[in-house]
Amino acid sequence: MKAAHKKALFDPLFNDNPIAAQVLGICSALAVTTKLETSVVMSLAVIAVMALSNLSISVIRNWIPPSIRIIVQLTIIASLVIVTDQILQAFVFDISKQLSVFVGLIITNCIVMGRAEAFAMQNPPVDSFLDGIGNGLGYSLILLIVGFFRELLGAGKLYGYSVMPLVTEGGWYQPNGLMVLAPGAFFLIGILIWVLRNYKPELREN
Amino acid sequence: MRFLRTFLDKQAPLFEEGGKLEKLFPLWEATDTLLYSPSSVSKGTIHVRDGLDLKRMMGIVVFGLLPIVFMAMLNVGRQAHLAIAAGATPLENWQTGLFQAMGFQFTNALWPNFVHGAIYFLPIFITCFAAGGAIEVWFSIVRKHEVNEGFFVTGFLLPLTLPPTIPLWQVALGTAFGVFIGKEIFGGTGMNVFNPALVSRAFLFFAYPAQISGDAPWIAANFAGVDGFSGATWLSRAATGGMEAINNLGADAWRQAFIGFMPGSMGETSTLLCIVGALVIVATQIGSWRTIVGLTLGTFAMSFVLNQVGSDTNAMFALPFHWHIVLGGWAFGTVFMATDPVSSSFTDKGKWIYGFMTGVLVVLARVVNPAYPEGMMLAILFMNMFAPLIDHFVVQANIKRRAARHEAVQ
Repeated sequence: MKAAHKKALFDPLFNDNPIAAQVLGICSALAVTTKLETSVVMSLAVIAVMALSNLSISVIRNWIPPSIRIIVQLTIIASLVIVTDQILQAFVFDISKQLSVFVGLIITNCIVMGRAEAFAMQNPPVDSFLDGIGNGLGYSLILLIVGFFRELLGAGKLYGYSVMPLVTEGGWYQPNGLMVLAPGAFFLIGILIWVLRNYKPELREN
Repeated sequence: MRFLRTFLDKQAPLFEEGGKLEKLFPLWEATDTLLYSPSSVSKGTIHVRDGLDLKRMMGIVVFGLLPIVFMAMLNVGRQAHLAIAAGATPLENWQTGLFQAMGFQFTNALWPNFVHGAIYFLPIFITCFAAGGAIEVWFSIVRKHEVNEGFFVTGFLLPLTLPPTIPLWQVALGTAFGVFIGKEIFGGTGMNVFNPALVSRAFLFFAYPAQISGDAPWIAANFAGVDGFSGATWLSRAATGGMEAINNLGADAWRQAFIGFMPGSMGETSTLLCIVGALVIVATQIGSWRTIVGLTLGTFAMSFVLNQVGSDTNAMFALPFHWHIVLGGWAFGTVFMATDPVSSSFTDKGKWIYGFMTGVLVVLARVVNPAYPEGMMLAILFMNMFAPLIDHFVVQANIKRRAARHEAVQ
C-alpha cells in the first residue's frame, strides 16, 4: 500500500479523528448512541455514504464548476443518503425506525461535506475513496465506544444481550439514567477527547 | 508530641524529590501540615489586610453549616419516628439494627431522633469525604500539587442536599463525579465553573432519579401502604395540589416549614438555620449579601408576577413568595450554594444580576416546568454557567463608562 493511501485510511482513526480531534458530527454521535446496535448501523451507513460520495465527487472533480460545487456535492451526497435510507428501510426496518431522521440527516453531517470539499475536490478517486472509508471508520470508532458505554451503563446490556442483570429484573445492576440522556453522551465524548489529547499532546491547541 | 515531629521529619527524605515515594509527596505534605504548621510560614507584615486563607475561609463556612448538620440529624430521626407512629415500619437495614442495638425506641423525642438521624447522616457524610478525598489526593499526585482544603466545604454541602435513604455507593459515585467532572478537570479548587456539590447532586438526580426524587426517599421508614400518610416533600405536594395542599398541612405549617420540621433532603429543610448560616458568612464577608438579597428579590418579583398572572390548570402559580422561601432547597441553595465565591459572579454589580436571575429561574423552574418540582439546583447550575459572562459585561460597561469620562475631560 502506498504511503499516501495508508495515511488517508488510518490517519482519521486517531491522529485526525473527525469527532475527537476535529469535533465534527457531534449531533448524530449524541443521538444514535444509546444502543450499540443503532451505533453499528449508523456507522455502516456513514462509511458507505462517505466512501461513495468522496469517490463520485473525486471522479468528476475536474468538471465541477467552482461556483456551484457545493450544490453538486450536496446533490451527490443527498442521492446517496436517500439510497442508504431506502436500503435500511428495506432490510433492517426496526433499526431504521429507531434511527429515525438521523439517517436522513447524514446529508448535513459536517464530516461528509467537509471531506468532499477538503479532500475529494483535490485528490484522485482512489485516495478519496480511502479517505472516505478512513473518516467513516474514525467516526464509527467513537460511535462504537460511546454506544458501548451508554448501552452497558444505561441499560446493563450489550447489543441487546443482558450483561449486567437489572435490579428491576431481579439482578443487581441499577441502570444509570444519565447515560440514556444526551448529556451522558456529551460527558463520554468529552472524556474521550480528553484521553486522546493526553495520549497525543500534539492535538492540543493553545 | 516530639516523637511525632521527629517521626515525620525522618520520613521526609522518602517523599522529597529523589526519594522513593516521591510520587506520594502531596499525601505526606497534607498529613504534615494538618498536624503541624508548615516550616515555611511567611514572616513580617506581608498580608495587607488579613490572613484569610483558604483553610480559614472553609472553616467559617463549615462553622455556619454546623447548626444545619445537627438539625439534619434531628429531623431525619423525627420524620422517621413520626412515620412509624403513623403506622409505618422501620426500614430493614443495618441502620435500624444498629439503632435498636443501641437500646433506643422509635419514639419522637430529642435523643432518639438525633441518634437515629445521625446513623443515617454520618455514613453518607463519611462516604462523601472518603470518595471526594480519594479523587483529590489522586489528582494532586498526578498534577503534582498539594492537597488543599477545597473539598472540605463540598464534603459538608453534598450530604446535606441528599435524602437520608440514598444508597452509599450512589453517594460515592456522585461525589467522585462531582469532584472529577465538576472541579478537577477544570483545574481544581478555585477554577471550577460549576459548584461541585451541585454537579454531584445533578448527576445523581439524572442518573438515579428513583433514589433522589419522587415521594419515597425522604423519610427513613417503610410507609408504603399506610393509609393517609405521604412521604412527599411539601414542595412536591404544592406542585401537585397547589395552595389547597399547603393549607391542608395545618395552620402551623408555615412555622414548621420555617424551622425545618418537614420531609426533604437532609439539610435543606430549615430556613431558620440557613438564615443563621447566612449571618455567619455575610458577617465574615465570605458569602456576598448582594447575591443573597438579589436572589430574594428575584424570587419575590417572579413569584409576584406569577401570582398575578394566575392559572386555571397549574396550581403552582398561586404559591406565594413566603412559601417559596421555606420550601425545598431555596434557603440552603441561596445561602450556601449561590454565594459560592468561585462559581458565582465576581463583580458587585454582577452579583446583583446573578442573584436576581437565579431567583427568577428558581420560581420559573418550580412553577412552569412540569418535570421536576424543585428548581433550585438547576437554577444555580444554569446561572453558574452565565456568571463569567455577566462579569464580562459588567467590566466592559465599566471600561466604556470610564473611557467616555476620559474623553469628556479632554
